[in-house]
Amino acid sequence: MAEKEEVKLLGIWASPFSRRIEMALKLKGIAYDYVEESLDNKSPLLLALNPIHKKVPVLVHNGKAILESHVVLEYIDETWKHNPILPQDPYDRSKARFFAKLVDEQIFNAGFVSMTKAEQQGREDLAEQTRELITYLEKELVGKDFLGGKSVGFLDLVAGSMIPFCLERGWEGMGLQVITDDKFPEYKRWVKNLEKVESVTDCIPPKEKHIEHMNFMVGRFRSS
Amino acid sequence: MISLYDFYILNEKLKNKLRTEEFDKRKRDECLKLLGFWISPFSRRVEMALKFKGVPYEYLEEDLPKKTPLLLELNPIHKKVPVLVHNDKILSESHVILEYIDLTWSNNPFLPQDPYEKAMARFWAKFVDEQILPLGFMSLVKAETGIEVAIEETRELITYLEKEVTGKYYFGGKTIGFLDMVAGSMIPFCLARAWECMGIDMITHEKFPELNRWINKLNEVEIVRECIPPKEKHIERMNQIVERIKST
Repeated sequence: MAEKEEVKLLGIWASPFSRRIEMALKLKGIAYDYVEESLDNKSPLLLALNPIHKKVPVLVHNGKAILESHVVLEYIDETWKHNPILPQDPYDRSKARFFAKLVDEQIFNAGFVSMTKAEQQGREDLAEQTRELITYLEKELVGKDFLGGKSVGFLDLVAGSMIPFCLERGWEGMGLQVITDDKFPEYKRWVKNLEKVESVTDCIPPKEKHIEHMNFMVGRFRSS
Repeated sequence: MISLYDFYILNEKLKNKLRTEEFDKRKRDECLKLLGFWISPFSRRVEMALKFKGVPYEYLEEDLPKKTPLLLELNPIHKKVPVLVHNDKILSESHVILEYIDLTWSNNPFLPQDPYEKAMARFWAKFVDEQILPLGFMSLVKAETGIEVAIEETRELITYLEKEVTGKYYFGGKTIGFLDMVAGSMIPFCLARAWECMGIDMITHEKFPELNRWINKLNEVEIVRECIPPKEKHIERMNQIVERIKST
């Protein structure tokens, strides 16, 4: 008999880090209150809950604040144990965590910076670096419907929120062709599979608005 | 004619015998190797974890910055230590390795069991490696003018850890845990040596009484003492590293 649980998520519509938490909560069927934050005008609540980083996502569960998207995803999986998103086997779990770091650290950095370079050669060089990194995910996807195997898992949420439903929108806005059909057939197949999963598609930013937003963010980065 | 009770006892004894034999067989068949580097806090913390679990392993020292063909083969993506090889499994990234160790050898867990406590330990571990290390090392070393500002900013970050350890022997509570291994390998037994060779008293007794107490407690733990770089040699090496960074 479940007590009334307080679950609140502070997020930003365009942030892949907060979108992946929404996907996880939906996959588990957890009811939550969503609080939309603004990058330029952070609420007193956000600043109180995350004084160190002042960033989303923040998950509040029965008065306790959990921060950092990977930490939040693991917390969700350990607290609501049905429909597990992390693999059960310790080694598979380690691999998922390893690749999640690769996505958010190396792929995100190369991928985002590739958009911000003023000259085309700079953009192309970083696009090539990003392709090399995404090749590791391409290999992981061979023979699988999802990175998590037969169903969407932790790494699908991390990589899905970041690459097809964030970075690719930015690249499209810049006119950069990064993930080509010929080199990344498994990736393309994976994205089609993701697009059939309601918990994923319900939680992605609307495309046109997102591309516009990414263009704006790149512009802001370049002028700073 | 044995009673049902005797039968039960015999059955349990047999099961235990088989379990022990199975365990011994696994121990004999188990291959556990750690590629590390003596001054890397990332590899030192994995040694602490393995010793904490009482798991025997073979240690292979990398002579960085030269990288052996083995390292390049086992960690082609990042080409870094530590790398843990467990039978046919290859793992890299120190936090990933620590979590694997805790799950695989389930005696003496060093991560908290409660999901919220575990989340906090993971959060602070990321904070140590992603916030304290860059500011407390690279930014500090590179600061020509304004080093006082960098020192103060580093102390502000360290204040969060001071609060976390207040009222506890260790971050893990009564015994060392995951966060003690991460923060211990990084702060008192790595960054503090760099600060010392730069003449900086970062973690002052007045500002950080709890952390100083924690450091003294850590020094009492045998497996921590066994897994930290020898001080003089470390400071000498740190001097070279700091000079090299300053000159680039």
